[in-house]
Amino acid sequence: MVSTQAAEAEAGQPPALTIDALGKKCPIPIIMLAEQINYVPRNAIVSVLADDPAAFTDIPAWCRLKSHHHVASYELPDGGWAIHVRRNY
Amino acid sequence: MAYFDAASTEPLHPQAREALIAALDVGWADPARLYGPARRARMLLEQARTEVAEALGARPDEVSFTSSGTQAVHLGVLGALHGRRRVGRRLVTSAVEHSSVLHAAGVHERDGGSVETVGVGLTGAVDPAAFRAAVLAEGTALACLQSANHEVGTLQPVVEAAAACAEAGVPLLVDAAQTAGRMPLPGGWSVLTASAHKWGGPAGVGVLAVRKGTRWRSPLPEDDRERRRVPGFENVPAIVASAAALRAMVADSARESARLAALVDRIRSEVPRLVPDVEVIGDPVSRAPHIITFSCLYVEGEALLTELDKAGFAVSSGSSCTASTLRPSHVLEAMGVLTHGNVRVSLPQGASATDVDRFLTVLPDAVRKIREDAGVRS
Repeated sequence: MVSTQAAEAEAGQPPALTIDALGKKCPIPIIMLAEQINYVPRNAIVSVLADDPAAFTDIPAWCRLKSHHHVASYELPDGGWAIHVRRNY
Repeated sequence: MAYFDAASTEPLHPQAREALIAALDVGWADPARLYGPARRARMLLEQARTEVAEALGARPDEVSFTSSGTQAVHLGVLGALHGRRRVGRRLVTSAVEHSSVLHAAGVHERDGGSVETVGVGLTGAVDPAAFRAAVLAEGTALACLQSANHEVGTLQPVVEAAAACAEAGVPLLVDAAQTAGRMPLPGGWSVLTASAHKWGGPAGVGVLAVRKGTRWRSPLPEDDRERRRVPGFENVPAIVASAAALRAMVADSARESARLAALVDRIRSEVPRLVPDVEVIGDPVSRAPHIITFSCLYVEGEALLTELDKAGFAVSSGSSCTASTLRPSHVLEAMGVLTHGNVRVSLPQGASATDVDRFLTVLPDAVRKIREDAGVRS
């Protein structure tokens, strides 16, 4: 699930918004994402920083349910992930 | 209180209770001894063994009673691996097996063996072709596959897995804990495990069946009980009660499973209609008759269980906040479905349509209240 360098290059696009949900338990990271994704333009990337293991599964699942795009999840050096989501609509 | 957690444990069947009380009086002696009361205990034990074997599609001499379903799995997995040590050290399992299988696999790995985990799709079923490929790989000593998943109810392709195992000459362990007594078991297993309290027997009785001709060696110190497969003095009264419960459940299962499956269908179709932002999880058709699981977006699982408990419903959840480990369920993770806001409803025998209707009335308000408290706008 964690992307390789090639996929990273392909994903390319820097996030338009970073949501710091480190230390927050699910479903709070998803609630923050669902609210704040509306602040970025269509096709922009939102990066969610989260370290609750549930977020690693739940953010891609939320994207599938809400028809947004899970771009990739990058491991953070101090634990957790930066989970990149593209706003589709 | 409406009890909707049969997948954790089925309430004691009235016939099991009756059999248990009777057997406490007449089945207390050591079945390994030769005097009258011992012979009577042995006769009760062997009669229970014959009945359980028949219900599970095994021969009586293939069936041993353990102290739990978990112990049956531990002995089944480690004993089959031990028996095939010279053939190979490779164990194949699905990613969504019960923790007893995964923990036994962990012991095997720490002991220098290898474990190949076959992933599952969105419905929770393993792909038969991927399972076959894993089983056919060189050095496979044992493959494990559950009959149905304990968290989402999806049936696994046991028939196809058994065919692949037969082709590869690899024994297949089928963990039938969720379906034994509720639906006919597929054949083709080499080792079968089950748990009596899931079919309405008392706690403390598991079943380990080892097909004749399957290599199996106890991983534990030697003991003479249960054909040298299970150590310790048998709990004859509980075993007798377990056989009575299984007999009763099998007698009713065709009719009762169809009735419960219809109630589950009703929950499956109504929950997404009544509650916004819900994902219903598991295969809609190929499933155990009594289990239905769904996840509610933006809802903390523990908060929902508490609300439902207040409203008089006992249900379970695979969400991380409800687990002692604070990790989400490995089953939901492997499926790639929502792990928070998760509710598993599993209907016991006799669950009433009225209670199911009341559940469907209470659930939308419970979810709405938790979302409002969390500041979620819908």
